[in-house]
Formats: sequence, C-alpha cells, structure tokens
Amino acid sequence: MADLTAVLASTHHPFYLKATSDHSPERMPQADEWQRKVEAYRQTLTAAEPDVLVMVGADHFHQFFLDNYPTFLIGKQEKYDATFYNEEREFGIPTYLLDGDLDLSNFLHQGLLDAGFDFSFSHELKIDHSIVCPIITVRPDADLPIVPIYTNIFAPPLPSPKRFWDLGRAIRKIIDAYPSDKKIAAIGTGHLSLELGGPRMFGEHGPDPDFDAKAIEWLSTGNIEAILENVTHESMAGAGNATHGFMDLILMMGIAGPEEADYVDQLDLFHTREMYMTWYPQKSEKLAGAAATAAASSGAALGPVYAEKDGVPA
Amino acid sequence: MSKYYVNKFLYTIDRDPEWVAKYKTDPAGTIEAWEKEVGTWLNSAEKTSWLSFTAEERRALETYDYEWLFAYGAHFFLYLTLFIGLFDEDWAAEKGPLAYQREWARRLQPWTGQDYPSVAL
Repeated sequence: MADLTAVLASTHHPFYLKATSDHSPERMPQADEWQRKVEAYRQTLTAAEPDVLVMVGADHFHQFFLDNYPTFLIGKQEKYDATFYNEEREFGIPTYLLDGDLDLSNFLHQGLLDAGFDFSFSHELKIDHSIVCPIITVRPDADLPIVPIYTNIFAPPLPSPKRFWDLGRAIRKIIDAYPSDKKIAAIGTGHLSLELGGPRMFGEHGPDPDFDAKAIEWLSTGNIEAILENVTHESMAGAGNATHGFMDLILMMGIAGPEEADYVDQLDLFHTREMYMTWYPQKSEKLAGAAATAAASSGAALGPVYAEKDGVPA
Repeated sequence: MSKYYVNKFLYTIDRDPEWVAKYKTDPAGTIEAWEKEVGTWLNSAEKTSWLSFTAEERRALETYDYEWLFAYGAHFFLYLTLFIGLFDEDWAAEKGPLAYQREWARRLQPWTGQDYPSVAL
C-alpha cells in the first residue's frame, strides 16, 4: 500500500514570490524572515521524499464561475497548465506545466464516490494560485506529479466545516488503501482570518489575530471537537469575510487525523498571519530530525502551539 | 436587478486583457459592447435572453463604485481583483504602495463591526 509520508497545511500568500524576489530599495522589511521560514518549511516536505502530491485548493473564479461552480472537484489529467492571466498580472506568479497522476486521480475519485462524496471532475482543469503558491513555496522545482482537489470555500452556500473534516478523513482512508509503493504527500492551502474588499483588508495585521491564535492551536493539537464547537460559517465571517478558506485547513487536518502536528510555524504580516504546519503520519527519527533542523532555522515549534501560552498577540 | 449579471461582467472582463484595457478607458462604452458581445451569451452559439442591468447597477460599474458593490453584495473577490488591476499602479506611483487598497478599506470603515451584505445570490 502507498505511504502517506507527510501532510502539509499552510496559508497561501500570492505575493510571496514578488516580495522575496524584490531586491530593490523597496524590498519589504520582513522579506528575509519570510523567505527563511518558507525555505525551512520546504525542508519538512523534502525530507518526506514524496513521489506524488495530492493538492487541495480552491478556484478563485479563474476557471469556475457562478454559472457552474463545483462544490468538490478532482482533476483527472496527465498534464495541468497553471496560473491564469490575471494572476500573472496581479501577483507576478509564473506559469507552469505540471504533470498529473491519472491512476491516483482515478483511484481517489472512485474511492470518494464509494465513500459518499459525489465529486465533480474535470479533464481540462487549469490550476490557480491556491495550488501554485505551495508549488512555489515547498516544491519550487515543480518536478512531481499532482492530483488536484478543489473545494468551494468561496461561493455560498458552502459545505459545513464538518463536511471538510469528513472529506479529509475519507481522502486519508483512500490514500492508505492505494495499491502502490509510492510515497504520497498531501498539501493543502487556505487561510486563517482574511478580509478581502472590506474595511479590515490590508491592515497592519490579519483582521482577527485572536481567531488566528485559536485556529493554530486547534489545528496543531488535532482538536476537531473545538473546531466543530467554535467554527461556523458565521463565526468565520465575523473573523473576516474571506476566512472560509480555513475550511481547507480543517480538511488537511482530516487527512492527518486528530493528531498533534510535528512542525508549526507562523509569521505575522501586514494583511494576514501566515501559518506553516506539517504532520508526519509515520514519524521516523529521520523526519523528526529534519523537522528539528528546519525549526532551528525558522523558529518553528515541534509540536502544538497554544493560543494563550504561545500565541503571539498582535 | 441581477447580482449574477454584475458578477458575470466583473468575471469576464477581469480574465481578458483587452476588455480590462477598454473598461479602464471607456467604462460606459465597454459595458454596452460587453452586453452585446458577451453578457447576453451563454456560449458562442447560445443566447441568454433574460439578463440585464438596472440603472443603478450600470452606474456602479461605470464609476467603479466599490462602496456600492460591497453594499450590494457583489462578490468581493471579483471587483477587488479587477479594480486593483485598473488602479493600483497609478495610485501607487502617485501616493505609495497599496494606496488604492488602503483608501478603499478606509472608505468602508462604517461597515466595521456590522454584518456585511451577503455575496450569496
């Protein structure tokens, strides 16, 4: 059976590449620290030696629109173009041609149908920055095949937080049952509190630092009970009108299971708090060592981070 | 009224550099041309016969009025992305980085602490 060697859940910040490749006098003051943290986080994936990446994101009205917006969708292709014109324009993100893994796409799709998740599917999917951003941050060589999974965190009505958790649990079971000797890593991105187009956007910090600290605690402790008790569509909207991308991080915790994370890092930026979290489902000395080496450079925690004890107030 | 049609305008303009350029230089003319060439079509062969703008929707799009669009519940991602594409560079050159976005946030301050209008249709 396949080995799930790492689960990564992080925020995606489309301006990372632009900010860290700017060597002009206007270079953002936090760019060096940001780059150091991202490059350390990358080591947590590299050490897991994946052969294929299952990647979870959400289309931001690039390919899909309100005439036909899928709730859950899987890509089923040998190749994927990536990055849309308006993402190049706004974020300066390059285009990619990524390999797919059709066999794993088909196995996951059938497994999800069998588990009661009636997925939409696409044979002409173009990937947007929700999946390109983690390629840039944790696998910049873009040398591994991907299986993209899209969720609707964007166009209401949305599925419930519990549905995202359950979907993550289902994906985990299917990966564990995949008859292959491949090593698989699951990588998903979303947001902590986030505001777009409203009064709290582009501030000195994310719109709700208190939510962010709690969210990092819930995820890093694997505390699904606290999430299901506290996180609703309304509570997320209260933290920032685009906070619903947090549900993709709940999904990733579902893939990892109700377990403590092995690597937890964060960075308070203007507009958002960034989070970089990794679980190792079969933690070995080698993986623990890699996480420790990465943490020595980034300042990450090698286990849970609690809101009241370790949370960094804004 | 058609919130869907407003969103369709924002979506289809934003994804095409030629429409983006036209919308910046001639918003009213672009909206008219868009309705004939894009807005009332499902695809290149099939018409959508029942969609149209109200006068107020048309005015908001002609004037890039994000305060009205926010209150109306147009999808924030669509007009934020498009209007940044139209105005960010000009404002940044004159008033510094993120000047357009920060003025936008400032003008929406009266919404702080309130329930925002839903983007659901």
